[in-house]
Amino acid sequence: MKRERRIRVMVAKPGLDGHDRGARIIARAYRDAGFEVVYTGLHQSPEEIVEAAIQEDVDMVGLSSLAGAHKYLFQTVVDLLREKGAEDIVVCGGGIIPDEDVKKLKAAGVKAIFSPGTTLDEIVKWVRENVKPR
Amino acid sequence: MALTFNPKIFQDIEEKYTAWKKKLSKVYAKKPERLKRFSTVSDQEIQDIYTPADVKNQDFPADIGFPGDYPFTRGVQPSMYRGRLWTMRMFAGLGSAEDTNRRFHLLVREGQTGLSTAFDMPTLMGYDTDSPKARGECGKCGVAIDTLKDMEDLFAGLPIDQITTSMTINPPAAIMWAMYIAMAENRGIDRKVLGGTIQNDMLKEFAAQKTFMCPPEPSVRIVTDTVEFGTKEVPRWNTISISGYHIREAGSTAVQELAFTLADGIAYTEKALERGLHVDEFAPRFSFFFNSHLDFFEEVAKFRAARRMWARIMGERFKAKDPRSLWMRFHTQTAGCSLTAQQPYNNVVRTALQGLAAVMGGTQSLHTNSLDEVLAIPTEEAATIALRTQQIIAEESGVANTIDPLGGSYFVEALTNRMEEEAFEIIQKIDDMGGMLAAIERNYPQQEIADAAYHYQKQIDDREKIMVGLNKYAIEGEDIPVEVLEIDEELEAIQIAKTNRFKENRDSAAVSRCLERVGEACSGSENVMEHLITAVKTGATLQELCDVFRDVFGTYRDPGIY
Repeated sequence: MKRERRIRVMVAKPGLDGHDRGARIIARAYRDAGFEVVYTGLHQSPEEIVEAAIQEDVDMVGLSSLAGAHKYLFQTVVDLLREKGAEDIVVCGGGIIPDEDVKKLKAAGVKAIFSPGTTLDEIVKWVRENVKPR
Repeated sequence: MALTFNPKIFQDIEEKYTAWKKKLSKVYAKKPERLKRFSTVSDQEIQDIYTPADVKNQDFPADIGFPGDYPFTRGVQPSMYRGRLWTMRMFAGLGSAEDTNRRFHLLVREGQTGLSTAFDMPTLMGYDTDSPKARGECGKCGVAIDTLKDMEDLFAGLPIDQITTSMTINPPAAIMWAMYIAMAENRGIDRKVLGGTIQNDMLKEFAAQKTFMCPPEPSVRIVTDTVEFGTKEVPRWNTISISGYHIREAGSTAVQELAFTLADGIAYTEKALERGLHVDEFAPRFSFFFNSHLDFFEEVAKFRAARRMWARIMGERFKAKDPRSLWMRFHTQTAGCSLTAQQPYNNVVRTALQGLAAVMGGTQSLHTNSLDEVLAIPTEEAATIALRTQQIIAEESGVANTIDPLGGSYFVEALTNRMEEEAFEIIQKIDDMGGMLAAIERNYPQQEIADAAYHYQKQIDDREKIMVGLNKYAIEGEDIPVEVLEIDEELEAIQIAKTNRFKENRDSAAVSRCLERVGEACSGSENVMEHLITAVKTGATLQELCDVFRDVFGTYRDPGIY
């Protein structure tokens, strides 16, 4: 019997924002949940993130932003993935993101936005339910 | 001599303590303690009671003493808040220089006594607004400053020869300071009278805040240039604000915050000594910046321990003689990471308690967070409530009537001693690694902070630590009731046009020559500061100068430790 491949996720920090506490905690929680984790480190442009996601063949990209530039950055990642024919990579995000923007980003193709206060278990559960190895 | 040491007294206390414990165990046999384990927010275990026996080795004159006297446990000035209250310094920055200037005027009008500037991400990372790296970020989490013109607009109409200004900026700190000095000199104000602070603490950037540009070694070289320049040219300026704030926000414990911050201070001191400066020339202009987190007594003890440790480090390790070199003067900000997006009005109460801890700890200046800071940049109303919180602590609560009111509490003194001891153990570890630069290159503080942050998050998720409104007393389907400030997306284009106009009106050949001179200073060992001031006066932009740094020193890439 063929063993199902593990879920492969990328945690990415787009833009110039340096708040990486959340991203690093999430990366560790994914690892502890048994996912394969790629963490980009800080200060990645949307182009760099999309290129790395395709190269690393991930099933999901989790974006983290706490400095207000999420609208441009998240949207650009989704658009670039679509341009490169990689729209089957699930995009989700988290950070300080006002409700209004959550609606807009979801409409733009970000599958989920996790706001402050979401537990690690809830996020891991969501990934298990919504992301399948491609 | 331990003032209170009398073996007979302690024998009595121990006997009574044992008897009390016996009584207590009978009570708990019927109804057990509320928690299995009582611990601080940093997970330090706390005893049920503290008695003189817990501080029996304490030597009053040597360990506690009087404010203004070594080791300054009770405060750096003899009079503390009886003489003058702390400086109420609210961190502000949003949108354009004009927008932030308006906020500064509002805060000064409402009784603020010092200015503090927040910059946007491109400025913090050394990019002008027209850089492709800056897309979508202009003015979002602070003010965008590209040129001297922006700096002039930022401080227009503010009495900068009378009010002190703090600028939270790190990799481009030398350049931003050069712009501030140039702006003042263009107004006819002598650099010798300028008072203020640049954060300029690169070591904690690699460990925690993560705005970096060049690798650690050359980053610290530029910091040392500013220390040397300030010592000689801008004597009232605090050249570094050695910061634990961001270390704590990144998830460290209180003891780690203490240890890493002081270890950074040791590293800057060693670099300045290597430069040939005398410790008493530069050390009086080092200032510090701490977090005030949720655990009231742990924070008070931390501030008191910090002062005593720095006095001992400067006195014993570096043989400083000037009392001002021994003083740890610090700014405090309440803990942004402790605020909740849920039920945000509760943040006013959290901030009040944290501000109170900072005052009980003897801070020199204080920023109190706004209730909406967890959601966006504060609105005017929210920022005013936060300022009023300080004014209530200062003028209504009565806590500023006496100096170090918690000094002598068995609990606070015991906790102060314990935190000092544990932090010195960590500093010893860092010394053994070869100092903070070497420790950072090994990712030691980065990993320690990541571990502590993950541990805390697990405790929150498991409800071992409580955040009201978040993991207890939550309201299902809550609507966030506060209005959130939005930064106009149009601003980016307006700012780019402004910078372009500025560039059109300058002597480009002269700017190129200035950039070359800065490059030469960077490549050699000449101090860069005077060249930076000339360059910004000639019209060089922030990014043009940062690009010179990047070309000469190379760039640093986040190792992505988690």
